[in-house]
Amino acid sequence: MHVQVDLDLCQGHGVCESEAPAVFELGKNASVTVLQPDPPEALRTAVEAAVRFCPTSALRINEEE
Amino acid sequence: MSTAVEQRQPPRVSGGTGDNGHLDELRVDPITLLNRVRSECGDVGIFRLADRDVVLLSGADANEFFFRAPEEILDQAEAYPFMTPVFGEGVVFDAPPERRREMLHNQALRDKFMRGHAATIADEVESMVAGWDEEGEIDLLDWFAELTIYTSSACLIGKRFRSELDKRFAELYHDLEQGTDAIAYVDPYAPIESFRRRDAARVGLVKLVEGIMGRRAAGTPSTDDERDLLDVLMSIKNEDGSDRFSADEITGMFISMMFAGHHTTSGTAAWTLIELLRNQDELAAVDHELAELYAGGTEVSYQALREMPRLESAIKEALRLHPPLILLLRVAKEDLEFGGFSIRAGQMVGASPSVSNRIAEDFPDADTFQPARYLDPREEDRSNPWTWIPFGAGRHRCVGAAFAMMQLKAIFSVLLLDWEFELSQPSDTYRNDHSKMVVQLQQPCAVRYRRRAVPLSAGTTGGAG
Repeated sequence: MHVQVDLDLCQGHGVCESEAPAVFELGKNASVTVLQPDPPEALRTAVEAAVRFCPTSALRINEEE
Repeated sequence: MSTAVEQRQPPRVSGGTGDNGHLDELRVDPITLLNRVRSECGDVGIFRLADRDVVLLSGADANEFFFRAPEEILDQAEAYPFMTPVFGEGVVFDAPPERRREMLHNQALRDKFMRGHAATIADEVESMVAGWDEEGEIDLLDWFAELTIYTSSACLIGKRFRSELDKRFAELYHDLEQGTDAIAYVDPYAPIESFRRRDAARVGLVKLVEGIMGRRAAGTPSTDDERDLLDVLMSIKNEDGSDRFSADEITGMFISMMFAGHHTTSGTAAWTLIELLRNQDELAAVDHELAELYAGGTEVSYQALREMPRLESAIKEALRLHPPLILLLRVAKEDLEFGGFSIRAGQMVGASPSVSNRIAEDFPDADTFQPARYLDPREEDRSNPWTWIPFGAGRHRCVGAAFAMMQLKAIFSVLLLDWEFELSQPSDTYRNDHSKMVVQLQQPCAVRYRRRAVPLSAGTTGGAG
């Protein structure tokens, strides 16, 4: 599972950080930093929730990589 | 290779032969005008607004072009001259995307504040219905406009400031919103009644805020828990020790912070209720969903608010059919090309949620209320990111969208759990007033309410189901 973010769309709401803090970090930045672009399967549920609830649909999971 | 084919001017829509082009039609029946541009001209067509062309784009490709364009190419700031007298000179209408992100970061819209906001909103609804009898009638415009003044001030500015407001603030704010006649494209200070009321309302709001500031300065300071944005702004000083912000400037900031989320949320709440009452099967599905969710008296918490597919779909469908903003505008800062057509620097460029949200290829039975279109697997909002645009799209997408959805779900959680509603007027008499750029329900728009004999939350615990 590979996580992609479209920074054109990210507005820094921080929903992903709430859902999967091990993978996404907002910190003091205005848009998200992906801490683990290839998170382990154990985090799948949390990452999928982050993708689903992102207010601007800026996140994608790419299964190929 | 060569200079290629010369780009064509986009086609022009019929009508608009008077001095102000299509301005008069825009002030009376804008939806018909906007739809006619698409039906006569296709994805790219021109109508005339006073002395300027507006290139109206529609459809997925054209909308993507519109929404992905950076600020330097399609500028939003100078596209809405009717807002300047509302906010006050010098209050920015819209910050560039980078600045918006910073603002979001520092402000109340972040995800981590949402749960607290949900509880605040539920409290505000409770305190408004506390004044209701066992049954009665409300005017949807007045009621939701007042409620959303309280919710937005409490969440965006702070609870202490909210506690210092009453109905007068909502009434003045309404006059501001009504002062958005498109005649502002000719003269934002034209001598017309709605502009006079607008200017008087702004003066009135500054007086109210000045009064609040005076009482705070003289009274006991806020405790840490009470400290709100007004305290913060009042505490900022110039080098010589004088106040950095005047009451006029602070009022302007508050007006602009509350503006985007006020008439939009208020109108959407009203339309969600109207559409649910018109579509009783959908209302029953939403009631059932709430009954299950709140069985046993679960709090209206953020977590619960997320798991409401039926209510959320009903709200989305109200937004699709009755988008609060019907025309989004920019000004082209340089010569552009889209789809073989030229767009010249200085022309306005528009996208219309009213038009795009009802494109039949993307939204089957586009004119009917069908919340099921958002459920898995159809998900017509996600699959049409450039035409399902009640919140806009791309870099200028409404930063308050998540807050708005949460707020609407909180409002209906409280209202529908304890109350039943019915339309007091023939169904087709509920419609929007399009005479101003800020679209609001046309009055009268009454519904009747009655307290439920048994609250919904008690319904599923008995196992009678």
